[in-house]
Amino acid sequence: MAKRIEVSDLSIYYNNFLAVEGVNISIEPRSITAIIGPSGCGKSTFLRTLNRMHEVIPGGRVEGKVVMDGQDLYGEDVDPVDVRRQIGMVFQRPNPFPTMSIYGNVAAGIRLNNTKMKKSDLDDLVERSLKGANLWNEVKDRLDRPGAGLSGGQQQRLCIARAIAIEPDVLLMDEPASALDPISTLAIEDLMHELKERFTIVIVTHNMQQAARVSESTGFFNLNGIGQPGRLIEFNSTEKIFGNPDVKATEDYISGRFG
Amino acid sequence: MTATKAPIETPSKQPPVRRPGDRIFAGTAKGSGIFILLVLAGVAAFLIGEAIPALTAPSADIPGGEGLAGYVGPLILGTLLGAVLALLVATPLAVGIALYVTYYAPRRIAAVLGYVIDLLAAIPSVVYGFWGLAVLAPALVPFHVWTAEHLGWIPFFAGPASTSGRTMLTVGLVLAVMILPIISAIAREVFSQAPALHREAALALGATRWEMIKLAVLPYGKSGVIAGAMLGLGRALGETMAVAIILSGGAGATVNLISNSNPSTIASNIALRFPEATGLGVNTLIASGLVLFLITLAVNMLARWVVNRRADFSGAN
Ligand SMILES: Nc1ncnc2c1ncn2[C@@H]1O[C@H](COP(=O)(O)OP(=O)(O)OP(=O)(O)O)[C@@H](O)[C@H]1O
Ligand SMILES: [Mg+2]
Repeated sequence: MAKRIEVSDLSIYYNNFLAVEGVNISIEPRSITAIIGPSGCGKSTFLRTLNRMHEVIPGGRVEGKVVMDGQDLYGEDVDPVDVRRQIGMVFQRPNPFPTMSIYGNVAAGIRLNNTKMKKSDLDDLVERSLKGANLWNEVKDRLDRPGAGLSGGQQQRLCIARAIAIEPDVLLMDEPASALDPISTLAIEDLMHELKERFTIVIVTHNMQQAARVSESTGFFNLNGIGQPGRLIEFNSTEKIFGNPDVKATEDYISGRFG
Repeated sequence: MTATKAPIETPSKQPPVRRPGDRIFAGTAKGSGIFILLVLAGVAAFLIGEAIPALTAPSADIPGGEGLAGYVGPLILGTLLGAVLALLVATPLAVGIALYVTYYAPRRIAAVLGYVIDLLAAIPSVVYGFWGLAVLAPALVPFHVWTAEHLGWIPFFAGPASTSGRTMLTVGLVLAVMILPIISAIAREVFSQAPALHREAALALGATRWEMIKLAVLPYGKSGVIAGAMLGLGRALGETMAVAIILSGGAGATVNLISNSNPSTIASNIALRFPEATGLGVNTLIASGLVLFLITLAVNMLARWVVNRRADFSGAN
């Protein structure tokens, strides 16, 4: 079930350092939202607040609201663990659990949710997730081998399979293809097109063409100078951002005039 | 000048360039490796050479009059009992402490706690021995009585309960405290190095803190904990003073942990008997030392095997 996320007046801190200030954004369900901007402007930081991974870092805290289908994710009685079960994440560097097999990696999330599942059902789900991540054919004969023994692109797809196996409502991806070759990158983009039928996807990327290719909406983050907080400069449909952006800075960034 | 006439070699045949730094380092490393092997071989040769008279002597001549096996057997049992008991108590405790310090405690408490535990390692074993004798043993007497009453059906707690507390149980617990800092220091080190990448992967899947530890920290730290436990076991197997002070020893082979009659351990037996030993007595003690050497060697090899068994999955790649 894809869900809508409304972010209002979100400011993000590392201890006393204000990293991102005053973000207002509305993320549509069943669509891909791209986040672009120069290095250090707070894209990863912002993404990690959407599933409360930011507070895992000592000193990490936020002000403002993130509301998913009416529920404030930072509400008093909201357990971050529940939030993360609904909002999955794929990291910049592939991070399959090295001590687990390929099968074990995909099943890890389900085993966490403590749902007692029959072996055959689990087998099906692992197969479905690996197929969903376009990895099944490459690994179906070595499901019991370590996940760390795959190539970088395969590992990243394994991480995607792991994330979608628990059927989250939203999938966050932080530069999922930055370490991959063009072919794996395209494979992952194709995959995102399929996944957006079922999930809300937010992707951080440094690759303009990628943002233009895959996303419906794009947010451009920027900062005014070193030590200044990052801000959301413009949030618009991808077509508009890449065709005729409202803000001059966006146009400069996209056409490569700075950043 | 003349070199120009030398036949041009294909690059593949050329020996790789060896820089002086490389050569010095390789030489030192190789030298140290050989030195360690020589020391080990020397010790082994000494032990075997001195043990041979005891191995070949008629059994009536061995102290105790029941042959070498009859003499060393109870000592082996005592050594293993005390050390394994210590390991069973210390390992879970050390893992718990290490996890608490690395992932649960507020930073300041963690630092203090880590420091206090490291201090435990700095206490000399004589002090542990006296502490065990004067404090722990009397304090454990009620516990001895209780186990004899309620768990008496288990051979380990068959009783009768000691009234002095100078038992294998007390020794095991003192040894546990002694090896606790070794195991927990290593566990703390490996746990704190569990990659953030994998810890975050677990959390992002919706793992609780404990589940994150199960998914990303314990598997990563497992071989380190095993290595630490084996180091601790080695220390417990060889511990001399603390055991010699607490245990009266001299009893035959019994697994009863809580009675007054206990077998001694190899190391403490050597320490107690060596000063007065003569002739074949010395050879017998050295033969028992050889056995301890072999046990320790076996423990280390077992640990290596355990650590390597799933090297594929170790996360080292
Ligand atoms: N763990 C941290 N502790 C303190 N400051 C941090 C931490 N992580 C990031 N920052 C700071 O927050 C700001 C935003 O960083 P962030 O990683 O979100 O940038 P980014 O837009 O993702 O950059 P990139 O494109 O290079 O990944 C930077 O100034 C960075 O130095
Ligand atoms: Mg980033």
